[in-house]
Amino acid sequence: MEFGSPVTPAGIGAYLAPGPSSFTDFVTANAPHLLPGRTGDAGRPPAAAPGPRGGGHTLDVPHGTTIVALTFSGGVVIAGDRRATSGNVIAQRDIEKVFITDSHSAVGIAGSAGIAIQMVRLFSVELEHYEKLEGVPLSLDGKSNKLASMVQQNLGAAMQGFVVVPLFVGYDTEKEPAQAGRIVTYDATGGRYDEWLGYHSVGSGSVFAKSSLKKLHDPSADLAATVRTAVEALYDAADDDTATGGPDLVRRIFPVVVSITGDDGAVRRSDEEIEAVVREVVTGRTERPGG
Amino acid sequence: MTMPFYSSVDQLLRDRSELARKGISRGRSVVVLTYSGGVLFVAENRGRALRKVSEIYDRIGFAAVGRYNEFETLRNAGIRMADVRGYSYDRRDVTGRMLANFYAQVLGSAFVDQPKPYEVELCLAAVGGDSDSDELYRVTYDGSITDEPQFVVMGGTTEPISAKLKETYRAGLDLPAAVAVAVEGLQSGMPNGTPAADRLLGVSALEVAVLDRSRPRRTFRRIEGAALRELLPEENRSVDAPASSGVAGGDDVPAGGGAGDGDQPRS
Repeated sequence: MEFGSPVTPAGIGAYLAPGPSSFTDFVTANAPHLLPGRTGDAGRPPAAAPGPRGGGHTLDVPHGTTIVALTFSGGVVIAGDRRATSGNVIAQRDIEKVFITDSHSAVGIAGSAGIAIQMVRLFSVELEHYEKLEGVPLSLDGKSNKLASMVQQNLGAAMQGFVVVPLFVGYDTEKEPAQAGRIVTYDATGGRYDEWLGYHSVGSGSVFAKSSLKKLHDPSADLAATVRTAVEALYDAADDDTATGGPDLVRRIFPVVVSITGDDGAVRRSDEEIEAVVREVVTGRTERPGG
Repeated sequence: MTMPFYSSVDQLLRDRSELARKGISRGRSVVVLTYSGGVLFVAENRGRALRKVSEIYDRIGFAAVGRYNEFETLRNAGIRMADVRGYSYDRRDVTGRMLANFYAQVLGSAFVDQPKPYEVELCLAAVGGDSDSDELYRVTYDGSITDEPQFVVMGGTTEPISAKLKETYRAGLDLPAAVAVAVEGLQSGMPNGTPAADRLLGVSALEVAVLDRSRPRRTFRRIEGAALRELLPEENRSVDAPASSGVAGGDDVPAGGGAGDGDQPRS
């Protein structure tokens, strides 16, 4: 790797030449060293890095844990706990793993936090770049397919143990509000799956969160009830999975919850609102620990 | 290309200036001005699809007149540059001054190096934290760059519009007042002999956008349809020339004025 490689493309000409509407394609052609997992030569992932499963020693990097997503009558809600773990250690108590990627979509991440955050950052720029160049945003399926190709790009790193599993949610502005909330999941190879049942969860606590959602999810519920269901599911995940952080009332660290509706677009719910919901859930669990 | 005859540099640049100026003055005008809430762009544009005003980055907007394909190339270049810069460093590191300098370099070097100069004039606007820190840059076909304190008028016949704005513009206007000032300015630029009915610009003849200081991240917002009608002065609200009136969207004419017959102003 050359450390002296320029940060911006070689010349003004690259900007002026006719080119793709995709930010990733433009950067791949002109400044590949800026892309995640690239070291400047031909887009290969760093080959020598021994992964947790490959080499003789482990590389302990932070991992994100549980994300839940569920649809409701007005759109879709996505929520994530705040813990990142590295082996048995809590790497960060207040990491944010749910990101608003444009006016009507959001992504939650589980897996290698570093790679995942870079991927989401690139994905957000990609969506905005396309929207600005073309004057219209990508369709919801266009966005989710783009994310699939970015997950697939990471396959080399995933083989070494640095798996990234995003959970994509969006509001399809071309559909009726009751059908507009969409959830799309991915596997490490870039496989893309629509979740038509209306709820899903990824990460280490997802088994418990999904069981909880199976019982509680109501597609015809309103926003407030749906936020409550999401917080309940995260509580259940944290209850049984050590890597998932429960609500931290001492430090006032609460789950990140994003709602996407037709009128307001993607909105991060305020800490005050979530704190009130969390306190209700905790009070409920004090009386009945099983929820 | 061989150069059989000597022509002085002075003459060469004058010819190029004339070509560019002619191309720019053929189109319809654009007004950019600062108001209390940010920056306002108002363009006379009969089409819905071909835009003269655009978002570049969170706090930066772009308006252009002249040849559409040329300023579209420049607009794309600006968006690419801003996004690459913001992605490699941070969103705060993309500034209006940087982009204005980039455009000045591109236009300036094309003016002397390329077979044909760009026939465009640009305004790059950046909205700041308060009205004192708003920036308006005007970049002309030869790469000259000026930093305008209040408003920029470009394209078409600019003199009557500038004169009108000098009279009516005040700092700290609210949005409806600023729209009224801009629209009245544009109307004063219509050529003599325009029928009175056509002198009023309605919703379908205007492209309006703002950089709204109060919005959290991406400040650029288009104002269209009913929202725009409410902002227009009273007498303009009822004007709504149907899109089928036979006027093509965009201002483009054949390069070189279509072999000599393009000297008539179009609007």
